[in-house]
Amino acid sequence: MQIQLNGENRNIPDHSNAQNLVELLELTGKRLAMEVNREIVPRTTYAQHQLHEGDQIEIVHAIGGG
Amino acid sequence: MSENANLRDDGFVVAGTTYHSRLLVGSGKYKDLEETRQATEASGAEIITVAIRRTNIGQNPDEPNLLDVVPPSRYTILPNTAGCYTAEDAVRTCRLARELLDGHKLVKLEVLGDEKTLYPDVTATLEAAETLVKEGFDVMVYTSDDPILAKRLEDIGCCAVMPLAAPIGSGLGIQNKYNLRTIIENASVPILVDAGVGTASDAAIAMELGCDGVLMNTAIAGAQNPVLMASAMKKAIEAGREAFLAGRIPRKRYASASSPLDGTFF
Repeated sequence: MQIQLNGENRNIPDHSNAQNLVELLELTGKRLAMEVNREIVPRTTYAQHQLHEGDQIEIVHAIGGG
Repeated sequence: MSENANLRDDGFVVAGTTYHSRLLVGSGKYKDLEETRQATEASGAEIITVAIRRTNIGQNPDEPNLLDVVPPSRYTILPNTAGCYTAEDAVRTCRLARELLDGHKLVKLEVLGDEKTLYPDVTATLEAAETLVKEGFDVMVYTSDDPILAKRLEDIGCCAVMPLAAPIGSGLGIQNKYNLRTIIENASVPILVDAGVGTASDAAIAMELGCDGVLMNTAIAGAQNPVLMASAMKKAIEAGREAFLAGRIPRKRYASASSPLDGTFF
């Protein structure tokens, strides 16, 4: 299925959940935060959060800034 | 002596935590993370701002992370909403930051109005501040040097109000001392100068006016030697604070001799 990840279209396996996505991206254990369709997905719920075709996903981290 | 020592050793309180360093620093614009680490350490700052941005998907997974060199276990991380031009984007950014930092509630709110000046959009700032305070965030808010607005942001429930000294990254120094004085006099939350400082004397002036602290990034990171400038800023902040507490002499147009006239032999 196709999702939009950080502004870019991407195909991921059907029936993936948020945890599957994090693993697919090799981001397991990294300090990050995820938003799906503008709603925060707490990291404790990744495994229960089913992703759907067309979901708009943002994965962010902290970088240098003032 | 102990009284003097107490005066020097005062701290300021933000959202229930006492901080002893009145210098807050940003972590942007450094040439690499090692320089970030060294300058941050030299500044003596306890509160460090960070930005929230998209993770680079597919990049080297072992790439070093900012929070490895400014660890949340040692510093108070202050996520900002830099680059946000709407209240909605600023609120989203804060929610993501709270998730990123394990429920951490302290945020630096800025909603910008214009790319050329990076001046705050004050109506959007008020709107975002209201939402964030309702959602339980501790909001340190970047704003213009307008005393009425500063008071309104305090009334909304912001835990610190941070007027600009001059446009972000401009290095122009304190442009409106009188407004800053008024903002400080009216306030019952900490007032910090955020943005516009160019060099150490600017930071000292802010502190001499009675500010509780100064937040800066470019003045340090953009200096020829950022680590040395970080150290200079630390001293300027301390010197300015002590001068404020000590109470300066009044300005006079004409001279008054420092040496007594009695006992002259000529």
